[in-house]
Amino acid sequence: MSSMDHAQRLEEQIDQWRSYLRRRQAIHAVDIAELEDHLREQIAGLTDAGLAPDEAFLVAVKRMGELDALSREFACEHSDRLWKQLVAFAPESAEPATGGRTDAIVAFGLAVAAALAIKLPALFGLRLDQDVELLDQGAGVYARNMSLFVLPFLAGYFAWKRQLGAASVRWLAVAFVAAIAFVNIWPFAPGSDTLALAVLHLPIALWLLVGVAYAGGRWGQVDGRMDFIRFSGELFIYYVLIALGGGVLTGFMALLFQAIGINAEPFFAFWLLPCCAMGAVIVGAWLVEAKQSVIENMAPVLTRLFAPLFAAVLVAFLAALLWTGHGLDIGRNVLIAFDLLLAVVLGLLLYSLSARDPRAAPGTFDVVLVVLVVSALLADAVALWAIAARISEFGFSANRVAALGENAILLVNLAWSAVLYIRFARGRGSFAALERWQTDYLPVYAVWAAIVVVVFPLLFG
Amino acid sequence: MDINKDLIAASSTPIVLAILAEQDSYGYAILQRVRDLSGGHMAWTDGMLYPVLHRLERLGHVEARWQVADSGRRRKYYRVTSQGRAQLAEERRQWQAVDTTLRGLWSVPFPQGA
Repeated sequence: MSSMDHAQRLEEQIDQWRSYLRRRQAIHAVDIAELEDHLREQIAGLTDAGLAPDEAFLVAVKRMGELDALSREFACEHSDRLWKQLVAFAPESAEPATGGRTDAIVAFGLAVAAALAIKLPALFGLRLDQDVELLDQGAGVYARNMSLFVLPFLAGYFAWKRQLGAASVRWLAVAFVAAIAFVNIWPFAPGSDTLALAVLHLPIALWLLVGVAYAGGRWGQVDGRMDFIRFSGELFIYYVLIALGGGVLTGFMALLFQAIGINAEPFFAFWLLPCCAMGAVIVGAWLVEAKQSVIENMAPVLTRLFAPLFAAVLVAFLAALLWTGHGLDIGRNVLIAFDLLLAVVLGLLLYSLSARDPRAAPGTFDVVLVVLVVSALLADAVALWAIAARISEFGFSANRVAALGENAILLVNLAWSAVLYIRFARGRGSFAALERWQTDYLPVYAVWAAIVVVVFPLLFG
Repeated sequence: MDINKDLIAASSTPIVLAILAEQDSYGYAILQRVRDLSGGHMAWTDGMLYPVLHRLERLGHVEARWQVADSGRRRKYYRVTSQGRAQLAEERRQWQAVDTTLRGLWSVPFPQGA
């Protein structure tokens, strides 16, 4: 071998050694750099003493000590490293993370923009506290635009981050502009349900646009859509956490200012709450992005905890229903309650799937999920049966059709999921089929939501 | 003769501080110096030195800086702080007390059977 070959081979060996070290959580990149310098010095010293590079490498690695023991020593000294720290800029990287900083600046800029956007109507003298009354009269500018104050900025953030092509950006912009134009121009009848329905469904329809921006060209792939599902769950959790923190902060704020005789409530109600509620969406999204590989995804952890509990409750409910023979008491809101139940079950299923290793064999938890889905389907079937018997009595209002449509969509999804899951659990189908079904189904929710927003006002006035 | 682990662990702080008190240095050079001084008896496992250095850094006894060495690689150099010097003086007093005690006992030759 020539000396060139030797040098190259040595580099390969050092690379491999480095990659072994990198897997140790307690040893950070900056420590690896320090140890590598040591290793190279040692090798140089040994080759000078007459050893071949291969031998020198082996001796140097041996002298460095066993990897497990070394990692343990580092862990003793840096026990904090075993806890993944929630800091945005990894301090161990020797070079400042300029990419991360630009990212943060853009995210916070957009968060401020979203926070200001919600104050735009105030420029025209529209007050947030009068919005609910106005909504009854068919106005309600804030309610109509609630999702539009923030989601375009969120989509914009991902369009920038994923460097979306001009065609996609144009397409997204057109969709958002169309949504803004429609909800603001359409003359919803005063006191009609269709406006409230539109307000509730518009965010669901627009969330698909955020998804397209998030996936950044990977929307066509199962993985791209699955990542978006994961992102949505994490964002929700971050948002709830930020909201809790915000609640504590405002509580203290109110207390402190009250103590000196200043009423902070108007500031809180008109500025802090609405602006932070908008900005927190973008900040949350940025945090999810920044943390996705650093800390454990929380949504799957929560589903692990709650899927068995929900399954137990549903099974107990069905058993009690059978045992007592009580009919379901069909109130006005029971359909919505069952819609929400199916949505929760779907969420539990979805986030369990999102965290599952597709190659792993079926296990106990899969059985729990099948029980959960099947018992939810049965419970929903009972409810639908009871509602169908009295649907003529209730009549087909916009609210009821929307709720029924949602129920049908969730029911179809869960029923086919159950079939696919049982096939998989019995070893007759692949897990990929289930993933594909769930991710392919995403546009259905958005399309239905869009129908509720756009078509229902035409049908129901 | 191998020196036992507890003794190595206990003596690592004064040894490292004393070497750094002579001049700023880095891991490999510190180990070489220990090897030379001990005539090869103080066989530290190379990697174990670094957690010790990091501990001293955390306690404020030494300061670290990255610098490009003659080899062209970036290297982490350590420098003893004034607090580290005070610590070294304290360690030195303690070790001398131990040493004096042992010397008093070791005026007799090696025990039988050793």
